[in-house]
Amino acid sequence: MTIKTMLARTLAAALCLSTLPAFAQETGDPGPAFVQSALAGKKVVLIPLALGFDLAQGWNHYIGSEVRGFGGVWETRDPNWDTAAGAQAITDLISSADKPAAILVHTPDLTSYSKLFKRAQDAGIFVIQVDNRSNFASDAFVGSNWETLGELEAKAAVAACGEGSSKKIGLIQGDQVNSSSLDQYAGIAKVLKDHPDFEIVGAPDSNWDVTTARNVATTLLQQHPEVCSVIDFWDNTAAGTAAAIRDAGLTGKVKLVTTGGGEELDCKALEDGTFHAVVMTDVKGQSRDISALLKFLLQSGLKPGQAKSWIYTLETATTKADLKPGTCWSLKDVQAAEAALAK
Amino acid sequence: MSVLKSGTLSQERIVFLFAIVLFVAYAALLNGFLAPNNLVAILRSVSVLGILAVGMGIVVIGRGIDLSMVAVMAMATAWQLAMMNAGTPPLIATAIVFAGVVAVGIINGLLIAYAEVPAVFATLATASFVFGLVRSRFIAQDAVPVPPSASFILEFGQARLAHMPIEVVMFAVAAFLSFLVLRFTKFGRYVYYMGDNYQAARTMGIPVRPMIIGQYVVSALVAWLAGLITAAGLQSINTRVVNSTLLYDVILVVVIGGIGLSGGKGGMRNVVIGALLIGIMLNGMTILDLPNIYQNLIKATILLVALIIDSRLNPRDEQVGQQGDI
Repeated sequence: MTIKTMLARTLAAALCLSTLPAFAQETGDPGPAFVQSALAGKKVVLIPLALGFDLAQGWNHYIGSEVRGFGGVWETRDPNWDTAAGAQAITDLISSADKPAAILVHTPDLTSYSKLFKRAQDAGIFVIQVDNRSNFASDAFVGSNWETLGELEAKAAVAACGEGSSKKIGLIQGDQVNSSSLDQYAGIAKVLKDHPDFEIVGAPDSNWDVTTARNVATTLLQQHPEVCSVIDFWDNTAAGTAAAIRDAGLTGKVKLVTTGGGEELDCKALEDGTFHAVVMTDVKGQSRDISALLKFLLQSGLKPGQAKSWIYTLETATTKADLKPGTCWSLKDVQAAEAALAK
Repeated sequence: MSVLKSGTLSQERIVFLFAIVLFVAYAALLNGFLAPNNLVAILRSVSVLGILAVGMGIVVIGRGIDLSMVAVMAMATAWQLAMMNAGTPPLIATAIVFAGVVAVGIINGLLIAYAEVPAVFATLATASFVFGLVRSRFIAQDAVPVPPSASFILEFGQARLAHMPIEVVMFAVAAFLSFLVLRFTKFGRYVYYMGDNYQAARTMGIPVRPMIIGQYVVSALVAWLAGLITAAGLQSINTRVVNSTLLYDVILVVVIGGIGLSGGKGGMRNVVIGALLIGIMLNGMTILDLPNIYQNLIKATILLVALIIDSRLNPRDEQVGQQGDI
């Protein structure tokens, strides 16, 4: 850089600075300047269970755009389903020189990160938990009320079976440690209490693995071919359960209800009848909630740990009849937008 | 141990007996266990596991171990499907992935045979490398669906031969072919000699180093086959399987079936028996609605018992055992 260009740039910068207050005075709106001072340059880091699945990529895109939009710094860490790697990432962020202002954490289970959340808050970092709750109430939780979600699934399954059916339901659970699995079960049990004629004939775990889901669903349908509906606790594993239903020649007879991120694959599966109903997480709306919360927390003057709130995402059970263009979001579009940003 | 050593009760026979006892008990106690469809389901549920165990079995007989199999299985298939999703013609995508899979096998072999890195470490490293490379460079998300244009893969997944699902047929074919190769070809016999006594095999003039490379290329290709069959059945491949216990299940099948980890022993019959035992066990536990954690506990206990019996039946040979052997 020559001295001449350096001088020119300094001059231009000085001019810009001197004109800014003039604009503020013109509109009389204190907002933009306040937002600028509260939000600009603030670092926000997303630590999902892994970056490689639909929800996380949706959050990364939709929340990331908002954070970059308000002049913040957006970063992600990818533990790739490894709880220890996630804990390491949080620890590193707490002790880094360039501390984030807030972290968004997709917790793997009820307890693993609880102590770290406390430490992060003590270090002045807001902690927002997304999607999976833990036993620690941090600054905020944004995501599904999994019990309500389970209730929605159960209602959809009961409706899918109908009055004249066998009234037998099978569950393909996730596991026995993850709140999203435990709470879903609680919700389903609650609804079935109001329908005492309905019966859960089997509730094996998929351990969130699609092949395991297929094997246990095959056995379940083999033992109870009269089942009228199966609730799988995640759309990823429901691909395996769907394969089991197909193998058993029960397509159309056994209605598959599940929950997922509302990505295009969910809509396609509803369209072609693989899924009967999907309780969809509205990723765009949820990301908007999280963004608004970030903007609020960072301007509020609150200290991390001072307040807590739970912001549940509104969910509905979507069936083929409810499908409209735009019901689902597209991972392809999101990836294309991110790739364009990277260039 | 005298009963075990007498030869009348080898580990294979113990396992076979155990499988039969379990089968009879389940059949007597569990409704619907004996239904033909349930028996087919048992076979199907262990087919992919069995195919992987065929590849692992060959390597273990040659006194090696291939911990990169599950990574190769998932990542090769995911890469292939991702290319096809992006519009690459299926044949070209397949050819590229074939070259990649063979390369992984050769790298494993080179590291073990020439750089003399213990197989456990070499294949563990390539597993991470293959996962990291494909996950970060070639695919955009964990799960890659079979593209609708590749209907032949989907049809293959639905195919049945003599009422048997295609997975079962492929397991049978893989096991039978490997049996023929191990029993009747020079390559097969050399694998046993090397596994039994590596130094002696080398002194005899067996090309042990190229043989090692050959074994790992075979196991990589078998792993890829298992991935393709998985994708055909599920209409997608999920690379999360790399983080699962599948690899340990494969070793479980091999060891429990009676292929000693010290090499040179056992054959495809052991793989089939090991896979059947696991299949019967898991199926019954699912019918009983046992939670996954208990299923894993029971599996782990059986693996431990099998390892103990293995080490008693196949004691480490002071003369030919080496540092770094598994």
